[in-house]
Amino acid sequence: MPGMKQAGLRVYQWFEDRLGLGKPIIDAAEHDVPASTASWWYVFGSAATVLLVLQIVTGVLLGLVYSPSAGQAWASLEFLDHSVRLGWFLRALHGWGSDFMIAIVLIHLAQVFLFGAYKFPRELTWIVGVFLLLMTLGMAFTGQVLRFDQDAYWGLGIGASIVSRVPWIGGSLVNLMLGGPIIAGPTLTRFFALHVFIIPGVLLALVGLHLWMVLRLGINEWPMPGRVVSKATYTRNYQKLTKDTGIAFVPDAAWKDAIFAGAILLAVMACAFYFGPFGPTGQPDPTIIQTAPKPDFAFLWIFAVLAYLPPSLETPVLFIAPVLIVGAMLLLPLVSNQGEKHWSRRPVAVLMVAVIAVTLGILTHLGTYTPWSPIMDAWTADPIPTVYLQDRTPLERQGALLLQDKQCRNCHSVGGKGGLRGPALDGVANRMTEDQIIRQVLQGGGNMPAYGNALSPSETTALVRFLTTLRSENQPAAFDASRKMVTSELPPAVPTGAH
Amino acid sequence: MNPNEPNPQQISQGDQSREQPGKNEPIHAKQAAHSRRAFLFKLSLLANGAVGAVLAVPIVGYLLGPALRKKSPDESWVGLGLVSGFPEGETRLATFRNPVTTAWDGQTGDIPCWVRRISGTTFQVFAINCAHLGCPVRWFSESKLFLCPCHGGAYYEDGSRASGPPERGLFEYEHRIVGDALEISAGKMPTLAARVSNMQTLTQIAGVGATNGAAGVQNQKSQNLEPRCVSCRG
Repeated sequence: MPGMKQAGLRVYQWFEDRLGLGKPIIDAAEHDVPASTASWWYVFGSAATVLLVLQIVTGVLLGLVYSPSAGQAWASLEFLDHSVRLGWFLRALHGWGSDFMIAIVLIHLAQVFLFGAYKFPRELTWIVGVFLLLMTLGMAFTGQVLRFDQDAYWGLGIGASIVSRVPWIGGSLVNLMLGGPIIAGPTLTRFFALHVFIIPGVLLALVGLHLWMVLRLGINEWPMPGRVVSKATYTRNYQKLTKDTGIAFVPDAAWKDAIFAGAILLAVMACAFYFGPFGPTGQPDPTIIQTAPKPDFAFLWIFAVLAYLPPSLETPVLFIAPVLIVGAMLLLPLVSNQGEKHWSRRPVAVLMVAVIAVTLGILTHLGTYTPWSPIMDAWTADPIPTVYLQDRTPLERQGALLLQDKQCRNCHSVGGKGGLRGPALDGVANRMTEDQIIRQVLQGGGNMPAYGNALSPSETTALVRFLTTLRSENQPAAFDASRKMVTSELPPAVPTGAH
Repeated sequence: MNPNEPNPQQISQGDQSREQPGKNEPIHAKQAAHSRRAFLFKLSLLANGAVGAVLAVPIVGYLLGPALRKKSPDESWVGLGLVSGFPEGETRLATFRNPVTTAWDGQTGDIPCWVRRISGTTFQVFAINCAHLGCPVRWFSESKLFLCPCHGGAYYEDGSRASGPPERGLFEYEHRIVGDALEISAGKMPTLAARVSNMQTLTQIAGVGATNGAAGVQNQKSQNLEPRCVSCRG
């Protein structure tokens, strides 16, 4: 055995004499870091890097089979899922790996922000990190396009529609994005080039820079309240801290990174195994319009924003907000690179993270069930609860039929079923009088189309009669207060002592 | 070369040996040589910059190609089928093969549109793409509405905006009737940049004055019709 070891060392030395890489790599791995950084809070960056490697490996493996042709891509995904041994699992690993990578990158971002790691001298590390985030999101979007299904096709349509709103050059930009006048073969190939060559190349180069700077400048020390960053003293203090409390990164601190990265990989594998690959949904055939396109998880919040913005604000917000957000992130370390690092002394930073996280969380949650979208088949799929048909006159029942027939249910729920775009109609007669309902139905308004052209007078009567029966028995029906002035007959439900 | 022989020091000394001739030269000669070589290096940078700029022209031209192409319009007339295939007073889904395609476009080259035959030869042809963000709108004949599944944009039967996030009505294709066939001018994904107005509805009955009405249309199918523009199909 000693002979083997000797031989191994000789081989290593042969390469080391020529490459000279072994010593600097070992030195870098064993460099001293402040003991306080050997923390479970410092494992996200390395986990993101490990996930990047997973994505590259699984991506290359999928590339063995995937066909980046608009006519074949969808079929090659089906082939991967069903005909290639473990093809489904590789697709699932790549898909779940992407979701995990975005999540870990965001957690890493929040952590370094809350720990003040972007302050002097690590401003550029943060700036490169912002670009890494953008590249990661770029990979997610282009990856969603390569899963060339209905969602990808209409997602590209949404992208093109957004780009078309750029003043003056919108039309040219759409052509540039699509590679032609429509979403077709050249569109897929350019997103393939982006996803497989361009963005990964930039991503790897930036990860290299990011890591180089972490090694060169040292990992951010654990912040302490009152330990203020000043350009004059920081480097000296950091070197002293490292000298006094330093431990070798490998193995003294890196074991936590390794365990966390392993756990994350296991989690990706578990998700891939239990939940399987993402899609593909229906074929990318634009003539199949029975579809409700939706972006992938990471972009659901944008989908929600686009639903809730007032129409007139949409275009300005679409183009100004990203510039402001990215600009603010890039400028942050240049504007605020000294002072307190500890979160307890930076309440605004903590508040920002909390508000942004809650906002993104709520918008994403809304994006999962899209209350703003009509449910296209509610009018044929969700019947009126029988309790709403009991003790109704034939005219009222005819109205219930019309409520279904005229697709009212696509936007209005009854009995908890149907669209959420408009208000639920259970109890509508508690809120609106018959006259108000008639006007609302015929003229629309308040985000409701006018049905004057789609309803005959008799249909309107039947529909409104039915709607006036939809009210809670324990609440009075809505009534028109001015009626009292012109008719002697008081509505039965009016409380006598009201005025 | 014997692999055991050279060690890194020897290899790197080999590089230094090229500077040997300069070693014995007078200082000023060496400086002059350095100045000359530095000048040549700058000159080489300049030359490479020029070559790079020349190389960049075709590369940038290739990249921007789809955005710059203006030689022939993307739109041309495509047939949607016989007029009789669209019942009066109804709105039907029609599909056509995009006039600009590649062999590997597959299904993506098939584009749907909504054809509304108001009466006789009066048509409206709407793009499938919602004017908000391009999702496919669906026609509901009972409520006479187009509804978008993405963000709930709604349009009336004439394509005008009814409610929701769209700021305008549905995009409309220019159309004409050739013989007894309906044709539209298509080829480009309709977006806010590609089609600014939905008001320019234009019914053309080729070979017949537009005021001639339906009666003349049936007799025109066998006539040789003038294409409207160079790129249009006859």
